[in-house]
Amino acid sequence: MSVRLYLWQRATAALMVPFVLIHIAVIFYATRQQMTAADILSRTHGSAAWASFYGVFVAAVSIHASIGVRNILTEWSPLADRAAGWCAILLGIVLALLGFHAVISLVLM
Amino acid sequence: MSAAGTKHRGSALWLAAMIHRLSGLALAIFLPIHFFVLGLSFHGGAKLDAFLRWSDQPLVKFAEGGLVFLLTIHLLGGLRVLVIENFDWHDGQKRLAMLAATVSAIVCFVFLVRVF
Repeated sequence: MSVRLYLWQRATAALMVPFVLIHIAVIFYATRQQMTAADILSRTHGSAAWASFYGVFVAAVSIHASIGVRNILTEWSPLADRAAGWCAILLGIVLALLGFHAVISLVLM
Repeated sequence: MSAAGTKHRGSALWLAAMIHRLSGLALAIFLPIHFFVLGLSFHGGAKLDAFLRWSDQPLVKFAEGGLVFLLTIHLLGGLRVLVIENFDWHDGQKRLAMLAATVSAIVCFVFLVRVF
Protein backbone atom coordinates (compact mmCIF):
# COMPACT_ATOMS: atom_id res chain seq x y z
CA MET A 1 0.00 0.00 0.00
CA SER A 2 1.35 3.42 -0.89
CA VAL A 3 1.88 6.03 1.80
CA ARG A 4 -0.90 8.13 0.30
CA LEU A 5 -3.46 5.30 0.51
CA TYR A 6 -2.22 4.34 3.99
CA LEU A 7 -2.76 7.90 5.23
CA TRP A 8 -6.23 8.12 3.62
CA GLN A 9 -7.28 4.84 5.22
CA ARG A 10 -6.02 5.77 8.69
CA ALA A 11 -7.44 9.31 8.46
CA THR A 12 -10.90 8.07 7.44
CA ALA A 13 -10.69 5.42 10.20
CA ALA A 14 -9.96 8.05 12.85
CA LEU A 15 -12.67 10.33 11.45
CA MET A 16 -15.25 7.56 11.55
CA VAL A 17 -14.75 6.57 15.21
CA PRO A 18 -17.35 9.04 16.57
CA PHE A 19 -19.57 8.43 13.53
CA VAL A 20 -19.69 4.67 14.16
CA LEU A 21 -20.39 5.17 17.88
CA ILE A 22 -23.31 7.49 17.08
CA HIS A 23 -24.50 5.12 14.34
CA ILE A 24 -24.57 2.19 16.79
CA ALA A 25 -26.59 4.35 19.20
CA VAL A 26 -29.00 5.19 16.33
CA ILE A 27 -29.32 1.47 15.48
CA PHE A 28 -30.22 0.68 19.10
CA TYR A 29 -32.70 3.56 19.25
CA ALA A 30 -34.37 2.74 15.91
CA THR A 31 -34.73 -0.98 16.58
CA ARG A 32 -36.03 -0.40 20.11
CA GLN A 33 -38.72 1.96 18.86
CA GLN A 34 -39.79 -0.53 16.12
CA MET A 35 -40.03 2.41 13.73
CA THR A 36 -42.03 2.46 10.52
CA ALA A 37 -40.75 4.19 7.39
CA ALA A 38 -42.97 7.17 8.24
CA ASP A 39 -41.40 7.38 11.72
CA ILE A 40 -37.90 7.35 10.23
CA LEU A 41 -38.66 9.86 7.47
CA SER A 42 -40.41 12.23 9.87
CA ARG A 43 -37.16 12.43 11.85
CA THR A 44 -34.75 12.68 8.93
CA HIS A 45 -36.68 14.69 6.32
CA GLY A 46 -35.29 18.19 5.84
CA SER A 47 -32.66 17.72 8.53
CA ALA A 48 -29.39 19.42 7.62
CA ALA A 49 -27.76 17.75 10.63
CA TRP A 50 -28.60 14.19 9.47
CA ALA A 51 -27.69 15.08 5.87
CA SER A 52 -24.28 16.40 6.95
CA PHE A 53 -23.64 13.55 9.38
CA TYR A 54 -24.49 10.73 7.00
CA GLY A 55 -23.08 12.58 3.96
CA VAL A 56 -19.64 12.76 5.57
CA PHE A 57 -20.04 9.19 6.89
CA VAL A 58 -20.79 7.86 3.38
CA ALA A 59 -17.82 9.71 1.87
CA ALA A 60 -15.45 8.42 4.58
CA VAL A 61 -16.68 4.82 4.48
CA SER A 62 -16.51 4.71 0.66
CA ILE A 63 -12.85 5.71 0.76
CA HIS A 64 -12.00 3.52 3.77
CA ALA A 65 -13.72 0.36 2.50
CA SER A 66 -12.36 0.62 -1.03
CA ILE A 67 -8.76 0.97 0.21
CA GLY A 68 -9.28 -1.95 2.62
CA VAL A 69 -10.69 -4.17 -0.13
CA ARG A 70 -7.80 -3.14 -2.38
CA ASN A 71 -5.33 -4.35 0.25
CA ILE A 72 -7.16 -7.68 0.60
CA LEU A 73 -7.30 -8.19 -3.17
CA THR A 74 -3.60 -7.36 -3.50
CA GLU A 75 -2.57 -9.77 -0.74
CA TRP A 76 -5.08 -12.62 -1.09
CA SER A 77 -6.16 -12.71 -4.75
CA PRO A 78 -4.17 -13.41 -7.90
CA LEU A 79 -5.11 -9.94 -9.21
CA ALA A 80 -2.26 -7.66 -10.16
CA ASP A 81 -1.84 -4.44 -8.21
CA ARG A 82 -3.31 -2.34 -11.00
CA ALA A 83 -6.40 -4.56 -11.42
CA ALA A 84 -6.96 -4.57 -7.65
CA GLY A 85 -6.79 -0.79 -7.75
CA TRP A 86 -9.48 -0.58 -10.45
CA CYS A 87 -11.73 -2.99 -8.51
CA ALA A 88 -11.31 -0.81 -5.42
CA ILE A 89 -12.14 2.36 -7.37
CA LEU A 90 -15.26 0.68 -8.76
CA LEU A 91 -16.32 -0.40 -5.26
CA GLY A 92 -15.71 3.12 -3.94
CA ILE A 93 -17.85 4.65 -6.69
CA VAL A 94 -20.69 2.13 -6.14
CA LEU A 95 -20.63 2.73 -2.37
CA ALA A 96 -20.60 6.51 -2.80
CA LEU A 97 -23.44 6.52 -5.36
CA LEU A 98 -25.67 4.14 -3.35
CA GLY A 99 -24.77 5.88 -0.10
CA PHE A 100 -25.52 9.41 -1.30
CA HIS A 101 -28.71 8.12 -2.94
CA ALA A 102 -29.73 6.71 0.46
CA VAL A 103 -28.95 10.00 2.22
CA ILE A 104 -30.92 11.98 -0.38
CA SER A 105 -33.81 9.54 -0.11
CA LEU A 106 -33.97 9.85 3.67
CA VAL A 107 -33.37 13.57 3.99
CA LEU A 108 -34.53 15.35 0.85
CA MET A 109 -37.26 13.25 -0.79
CA MET B 1 6.73 -20.26 3.83
CA SER B 2 9.01 -21.64 6.55
CA ALA B 3 7.65 -22.93 9.85
CA ALA B 4 9.25 -19.94 11.58
CA GLY B 5 7.42 -17.64 9.18
CA THR B 6 4.00 -19.08 9.97
CA LYS B 7 4.30 -19.87 13.66
CA HIS B 8 2.59 -16.57 14.60
CA ARG B 9 -0.59 -17.85 12.92
CA GLY B 10 -3.23 -18.77 15.47
CA SER B 11 -1.78 -16.46 18.12
CA ALA B 12 -4.24 -14.08 19.79
CA LEU B 13 -2.90 -10.98 18.01
CA TRP B 14 -2.79 -12.71 14.62
CA LEU B 15 -6.40 -13.73 15.25
CA ALA B 16 -7.28 -10.13 16.19
CA ALA B 17 -5.77 -8.86 12.92
CA MET B 18 -7.59 -11.56 10.95
CA ILE B 19 -10.93 -10.80 12.61
CA HIS B 20 -10.40 -7.10 11.89
CA ARG B 21 -9.76 -7.82 8.23
CA LEU B 22 -12.63 -10.31 7.79
CA SER B 23 -15.12 -8.10 9.66
CA GLY B 24 -14.13 -5.19 7.40
CA LEU B 25 -14.60 -7.34 4.31
CA ALA B 26 -18.02 -8.53 5.52
CA LEU B 27 -19.08 -4.94 6.22
CA ALA B 28 -17.87 -3.84 2.75
CA ILE B 29 -20.06 -6.58 1.22
CA PHE B 30 -23.04 -5.62 3.40
CA LEU B 31 -22.83 -1.85 2.83
CA PRO B 32 -24.17 -1.72 -0.76
CA ILE B 33 -27.20 -3.76 0.35
CA HIS B 34 -27.70 -1.48 3.37
CA PHE B 35 -27.53 1.66 1.21
CA PHE B 36 -29.85 0.11 -1.39
CA VAL B 37 -32.49 -0.65 1.26
CA LEU B 38 -32.33 2.86 2.70
CA GLY B 39 -32.64 4.22 -0.83
CA LEU B 40 -35.99 2.43 -1.16
CA SER B 41 -37.56 5.48 0.49
CA PHE B 42 -36.71 7.60 -2.59
CA HIS B 43 -40.30 7.35 -3.89
CA GLY B 44 -41.98 7.39 -0.47
CA GLY B 45 -42.01 5.02 2.45
CA ALA B 46 -44.09 2.12 1.10
CA LYS B 47 -41.18 -0.02 -0.16
CA LEU B 48 -39.11 0.70 2.93
CA ASP B 49 -42.08 -0.23 5.10
CA ALA B 50 -42.43 -3.54 3.25
CA PHE B 51 -38.75 -4.26 3.90
CA LEU B 52 -39.06 -3.30 7.59
CA ARG B 53 -42.00 -5.71 7.94
CA TRP B 54 -40.00 -8.46 6.20
CA SER B 55 -37.04 -7.81 8.51
CA ASP B 56 -39.22 -8.37 11.58
CA GLN B 57 -38.48 -12.10 11.74
CA PRO B 58 -36.13 -13.96 14.07
CA LEU B 59 -33.53 -15.02 11.51
CA VAL B 60 -33.16 -11.48 10.16
CA LYS B 61 -32.88 -10.11 13.70
CA PHE B 62 -30.10 -12.59 14.43
CA ALA B 63 -28.36 -11.48 11.24
CA GLU B 64 -28.72 -7.85 12.36
CA GLY B 65 -27.18 -8.83 15.69
CA GLY B 66 -24.27 -10.32 13.75
CA LEU B 67 -23.84 -7.07 11.84
CA VAL B 68 -23.81 -5.07 15.08
CA PHE B 69 -21.12 -7.46 16.35
CA LEU B 70 -19.07 -7.04 13.16
CA LEU B 71 -19.37 -3.24 13.27
CA THR B 72 -18.39 -3.08 16.95
CA ILE B 73 -15.46 -5.46 16.66
CA HIS B 74 -14.20 -3.69 13.52
CA LEU B 75 -14.43 -0.35 15.35
CA LEU B 76 -12.54 -1.65 18.40
CA GLY B 77 -10.01 -3.52 16.25
CA GLY B 78 -9.44 -0.34 14.25
CA LEU B 79 -8.95 1.67 17.44
CA ARG B 80 -6.37 -0.92 18.52
CA VAL B 81 -4.48 -0.47 15.23
CA LEU B 82 -4.59 3.34 15.51
CA VAL B 83 -3.30 3.22 19.09
CA ILE B 84 -0.50 0.76 18.23
CA GLU B 85 0.62 2.87 15.26
CA ASN B 86 0.41 6.29 16.89
CA PHE B 87 1.31 5.80 20.55
CA ASP B 88 4.01 4.07 22.54
CA TRP B 89 3.79 0.29 22.71
CA HIS B 90 2.13 -1.01 25.86
CA ASP B 91 2.09 -4.54 27.18
CA GLY B 92 -1.23 -6.30 27.42
CA GLN B 93 -2.10 -6.18 23.71
CA LYS B 94 -3.63 -9.65 23.95
CA ARG B 95 -5.81 -8.55 26.84
CA LEU B 96 -6.98 -5.51 24.84
CA ALA B 97 -7.81 -7.71 21.86
CA MET B 98 -9.75 -10.05 24.14
CA LEU B 99 -11.53 -7.06 25.70
CA ALA B 100 -12.53 -5.85 22.21
CA ALA B 101 -14.09 -9.23 21.41
CA THR B 102 -15.86 -9.34 24.78
CA VAL B 103 -17.29 -5.82 24.47
CA SER B 104 -18.48 -6.62 20.92
CA ALA B 105 -20.18 -9.80 22.12
CA ILE B 106 -21.88 -7.86 24.96
CA VAL B 107 -23.09 -5.12 22.58
CA CYS B 108 -24.42 -7.82 20.22
CA PHE B 109 -26.14 -9.62 23.11
CA VAL B 110 -27.77 -6.41 24.40
CA PHE B 111 -28.95 -5.66 20.86
CA LEU B 112 -30.55 -9.10 20.53
CA VAL B 113 -32.21 -8.81 23.95
CA ARG B 114 -33.71 -5.45 22.93
CA VAL B 115 -35.06 -6.59 19.55
CA PHE B 116 -36.58 -9.88 20.74
